[in-house]
Amino acid sequence: MEAVVFVFSLLDCCALIFLSVYFIITLSDLECDYINARSCCSKLNKWVIPEVIGHTVVTVLMLVSLHWFIFLLNLPVATWNIYRFIMVPSGNMGVFDPTEIHNRGQLKSHMKEAMIKLGFHLLCFFMYLYSMILALIND
Amino acid sequence: MHPSSGYRLHPQNYIAASGHYSQGPGKMTSLPPESQCGDYYSGLYPVPTHSPTPSTVSQPPAAQQLYSRGPLPPQMMGSSPGSFQGAAPSASHLHTSASQPYSFVNHCSNPAVYSANSSVASQGFPPTCGHYAMSTVSNAAYPSVSYPSLPAGDPYGQMLTSQNTPIFRPVKDNSFSGQSTPISHPSPLPPPPSQQQQQQQQQSLSGYSNPLWSAPGLQSTQDNLNRNHTASPATASNNPVHTDLLSRPVMQNAQSPKPSPVVSTVLSGTSATRTPPAANHPVRPVASATQPSELLQHKGMQYGEYVNNQASSAPTPLSSTSDDEEEEDEDEEAGVDSSSTTSSASPMPNSYDALEGGNYPDMLSSAASSPAPDPAPEPDHAATLAPAAPQPTKMSKPFGYGYPTLQPGYQNAAAPLNSGVQSSSSMYSGFQQYTQPYPGGNQLSSSLAGLSLQSSPQPESLRPVNLTQERNVLPATPVWAPVPNLNVDLRKLNCSPDSFRCTLTNIPQTQALLNKAKLPLGLLLHPFRDLTQLPVITSNTIVRCRSCRTYINPFVSFIDQRRWKCNLCYRVNDVPEEFMYNPLTRSYGEPHKRPEVQNSTVEFIASSDYMLRPPQPAVYLFVLDVSHNAVEAGYLAILCQSLLENLDKLPGDSRTRIGFMTFDSTIHFYNLQDGLSQPQMLIVSDIEDVFLPTPDSLLVNLCESKELIKDLLNALPNMFTNTRETHSALGPALQAAFKLMSPTGGRVSVFQTQLPSMGAGLLQSREDPNQRSSTKVVQHLGPATDFYKKLALDCSGQQTAVDLFLLSSQYSDLASLACMSKYSAGCIYYYPSFHCTHNPSQAEKLQKDLKRYLTRKIGFEAVMRIRCTKGLSMHTFHGNFFVRSTDLLSLANINPDAGFAVQLSIEENLTDTSLVCFQTALLYTSSKGERRIRVHTLCLPVVSSLADVYAGVDVQAAICLLANMAVDRSISSSLSDARDALVNAVVDSLSAYGSTLSNLQHSALIAPSSLKLFPLYVLALLKQKAFRTGTSTRLDDRVYAMCQMKSQPLVHLMKMIHPNLYRIDRLTDEGAVHVNDRVVPQPPLQKLSAEKLTREGAFLMDCGSIFYIWIGKSCDNNFIEDVLGYPNFASVPQKMTHLPELDTLSSERTRSFITWLRDSRPLSPILHVVKDESPAKAEFFQHLVEDRTEAAFSYYEFLIHVQKQICK
Repeated sequence: MEAVVFVFSLLDCCALIFLSVYFIITLSDLECDYINARSCCSKLNKWVIPEVIGHTVVTVLMLVSLHWFIFLLNLPVATWNIYRFIMVPSGNMGVFDPTEIHNRGQLKSHMKEAMIKLGFHLLCFFMYLYSMILALIND
Repeated sequence: MHPSSGYRLHPQNYIAASGHYSQGPGKMTSLPPESQCGDYYSGLYPVPTHSPTPSTVSQPPAAQQLYSRGPLPPQMMGSSPGSFQGAAPSASHLHTSASQPYSFVNHCSNPAVYSANSSVASQGFPPTCGHYAMSTVSNAAYPSVSYPSLPAGDPYGQMLTSQNTPIFRPVKDNSFSGQSTPISHPSPLPPPPSQQQQQQQQQSLSGYSNPLWSAPGLQSTQDNLNRNHTASPATASNNPVHTDLLSRPVMQNAQSPKPSPVVSTVLSGTSATRTPPAANHPVRPVASATQPSELLQHKGMQYGEYVNNQASSAPTPLSSTSDDEEEEDEDEEAGVDSSSTTSSASPMPNSYDALEGGNYPDMLSSAASSPAPDPAPEPDHAATLAPAAPQPTKMSKPFGYGYPTLQPGYQNAAAPLNSGVQSSSSMYSGFQQYTQPYPGGNQLSSSLAGLSLQSSPQPESLRPVNLTQERNVLPATPVWAPVPNLNVDLRKLNCSPDSFRCTLTNIPQTQALLNKAKLPLGLLLHPFRDLTQLPVITSNTIVRCRSCRTYINPFVSFIDQRRWKCNLCYRVNDVPEEFMYNPLTRSYGEPHKRPEVQNSTVEFIASSDYMLRPPQPAVYLFVLDVSHNAVEAGYLAILCQSLLENLDKLPGDSRTRIGFMTFDSTIHFYNLQDGLSQPQMLIVSDIEDVFLPTPDSLLVNLCESKELIKDLLNALPNMFTNTRETHSALGPALQAAFKLMSPTGGRVSVFQTQLPSMGAGLLQSREDPNQRSSTKVVQHLGPATDFYKKLALDCSGQQTAVDLFLLSSQYSDLASLACMSKYSAGCIYYYPSFHCTHNPSQAEKLQKDLKRYLTRKIGFEAVMRIRCTKGLSMHTFHGNFFVRSTDLLSLANINPDAGFAVQLSIEENLTDTSLVCFQTALLYTSSKGERRIRVHTLCLPVVSSLADVYAGVDVQAAICLLANMAVDRSISSSLSDARDALVNAVVDSLSAYGSTLSNLQHSALIAPSSLKLFPLYVLALLKQKAFRTGTSTRLDDRVYAMCQMKSQPLVHLMKMIHPNLYRIDRLTDEGAVHVNDRVVPQPPLQKLSAEKLTREGAFLMDCGSIFYIWIGKSCDNNFIEDVLGYPNFASVPQKMTHLPELDTLSSERTRSFITWLRDSRPLSPILHVVKDESPAKAEFFQHLVEDRTEAAFSYYEFLIHVQKQICK
């Protein structure tokens, strides 16, 4: 059972890693002026909800399967994701707003955030991998 | 005059001679010419005189007055007169430097400049020496030069005038082209005789032989004049007209064949049958090139470092002119690097002698005084700059080949700062080498070589002011922009502060230094300002840096004749072959004299490389609310009347198209297709899925369908009088407008009178009236929905701007509606409680605004790119636009009343440069279908000490930037945050300054003189409608004030933040200026406090868009009778908006003063006469920002508060 949980977490984590990489690539495209802000933001906004869901699912799964340490590790990031999604002003077009992304260094902070998440997900990936192998051996 | 060999190589240049450098009549602005010249000067240079009239400026005594007011050190004034003989034209603008306390070198050269000029004036000489000849030539090169309001004089008088003007931009500034008379000259006033004699003595002392120089100059001048006369007709012919201009993109909205909702009705009341006008108007050549009014200025200064570089830097061989063409991304300004032949040349004789000789006296003297002789290997350089040179016989040396000589600009240039520069041989070392300009300044300048702020006595702007003790912190004259502490030649070339301002005119070297100063760093832009003159350049090759795409500008440096170094990225570029030829002077090999390098504001006619599609025609669409509410307010009559009056003045050409839509709960289109007998109204009731009934005939050609349009406009106000429809489907109407405009782009003007209540984009009322005067949280400053933002971005993508006129009596959620204009580069007008009869002043305001709105210049499908020197970066933009990429602003429309702000940060230390430059390039399609690029370049010095940073603060620019930042903060965070941030800006900057003062007591509130108005302005900001709390402010009013702060240019914004108050019941002619034969009194500014309002007086408050005249209770009856036309105070009506034209002296003075104030701005303000005791007086008193209100500090209390915060 535990192995199944971690196999799922691993897959989910892979997806999140890919998503982070996609965010980074798209943002750096915008930074280098390869795409315009409008299309960049509409691309990214599409994936904000999947990211939130994906991460929340893992977090909840860890809680349910009583892996406290991993749950607590995931909790801040998941909270941040949800908070960020909820706190979008009503007039904005999503977490990424094309009219503001170039202002006040938002682009840079988005980039930084995506980088941090990538690192975090990589860390999680190896943890899940380790836990999965451990669980498989125990089985 | 023999053409040089290089010249002969390009015979085609002559063949195609026509107005390359031309100033189209379309570029002329509507500003009254009388004030152009002077306004420009005074705006540009803060000379503390009443100089806004050309007459004052052009008189030698006035010039003397100018510098005598400056803080001239007496010992400098008294230095020997003969030593100043080397005064060159380049130095004649030194008059201005009198107000510039930093540089001694400037001061000591002042008298020489002045006197040299006056000597010529008095003797009525033709050009008496080489440099005069030169300037004569440069003036004569422009047949259309005219000096308004100055009597015509002899042809050489103009030279004198230009030399006497406080700055040496004579030609440029005085060029009011567009007239066919070749030159009209002022007749100069002769200076006092004593000065004449003195001058003659001086001249003889120096041993210059006047006749020797005058001969070639005179001759060539006449030559020029003749040729210009003959050649000017030919100049009108050359304009790039695209033959495909007519081919518009085909309307592509194949409409959904829905059966029901299209109802065709024929408008009643319009039944005239007309013959259709002749079909397709041919595209007429847009003859904007009528006269080569491009004016040559003094020689460029870019070669100053030439000598040095030649010695130090090995020439990097670059491929010659056949560089690969670079395609730029999308609509970004593309550029071609390939050189091609000049297709035209301006009619100028090849007068090298006059031109080159013009600089001789200066060169000689500087060479003589130069301690480090020029190591240039080229023979002509050696000859020019050798210390043995100062013999007049040298003047006849033939020029016209080889490399130009050192520019006087660099010779007398003291480096703005010395630290770190002298050692580096890279950039500006040329400055140090030629620090000593004139023999007289020898000993001084040798000790002051590498002049910097530290070495000079404390400048005026650093004088510590104890704010709590100083009662009259506000000066009596309007506050001018500080002049950057550059050397005089860079200063004269620098961009006008009206167009381009930086909050810190001394850029700190590092971000750490900037952080220490606690001041905002940013630019304030007014790029599309109405300019009285503007060099327009038609050239096949627009020379740009190959790596950063910077346009060539006056601050680049020419490494040698064929290469120039970009001043933003320092890349070395080739000078294209075409650029070597100067059509102005018809000389070859003088790229530094091209107008691009002589003017920091230029406009290029762009080639097809800068187009993604053929230039669009001017397209105007009016979307009008005709619900019951709108009809009740009655704006339709005013709008239609204005449109009828201005239909012919709408900017555009024969392709101009116009369309109308009205909406209530349905959307009405008007078919105005030429050939119909009457306008046809098409009603679309399906607002869920809007479509265009007849896409081709809704936007019609203005010329072809003019009669139909007039019929419609006449019928429109009465068409909906009995409507019972109260709903407003704004969103669907906008969607329809977007569909209608998307094939072409253009301008959509939306008139809305209530909250949109149907269809997409409907809004709910969010304002709680009880919260209006809340001191705590002000909510709903941001938009409620992203519908309008998305729509605006869609529009922006299709080059369509949406302008919003909101005429509402109740809450209409401007915060949401404004988004449609904010992100599509439109503009927002708001008329609270508008009613055509109940509120006549608002109606009048609408009328005047519409007149301006309809007739002002407009640019379509524009993009603006802001570049700055490597090391600086822009991080936040303010204004109405969409930021498409990091430095590219997408502007569907640009109008002359739009201002922008940019925040900067310093990413890399600027230690290896002494100057930074900023360049904005605005690429737009003019209403005539020309693609044009307007380029502004600003150059500022870099400083390394905190004191210098404070010395260069432009407090007005800083306040405007802070206002923009505070608006952002209040929307993204909260209003109280923004208010705290504003107060903290004062506290931080003053405490940071206080910590730099070691000797002063820290208990007092000390500010540098440059910042002394900072607390006052911040207090004024806090009391603005946008940021005030505690006073009842309607949400829409607040949001509108915020919108204005974001989008207004600095000059208008400053009036809004801190109005000007004048006492007008005792106007005298003392200090009056003369404008157009009218005497305009100049009353001193009063501080905005009720203590200044005496009951016996009458006061005028200039708030930018509104004038208030406050009449005291016991105001002199003479004034009331003479000016207002009523016998006494009691009989003055409550609502008075006009001053009668009475034939009394005081009435005349008052009116001429008000007219003068009005003329200085595009929007004609409404006048309100406010009686003391009348209910309207609250509106007047809310502008008295220094006074205490129930919810806000007085100025003194604010200072105490700031002081407490600092001491904490």
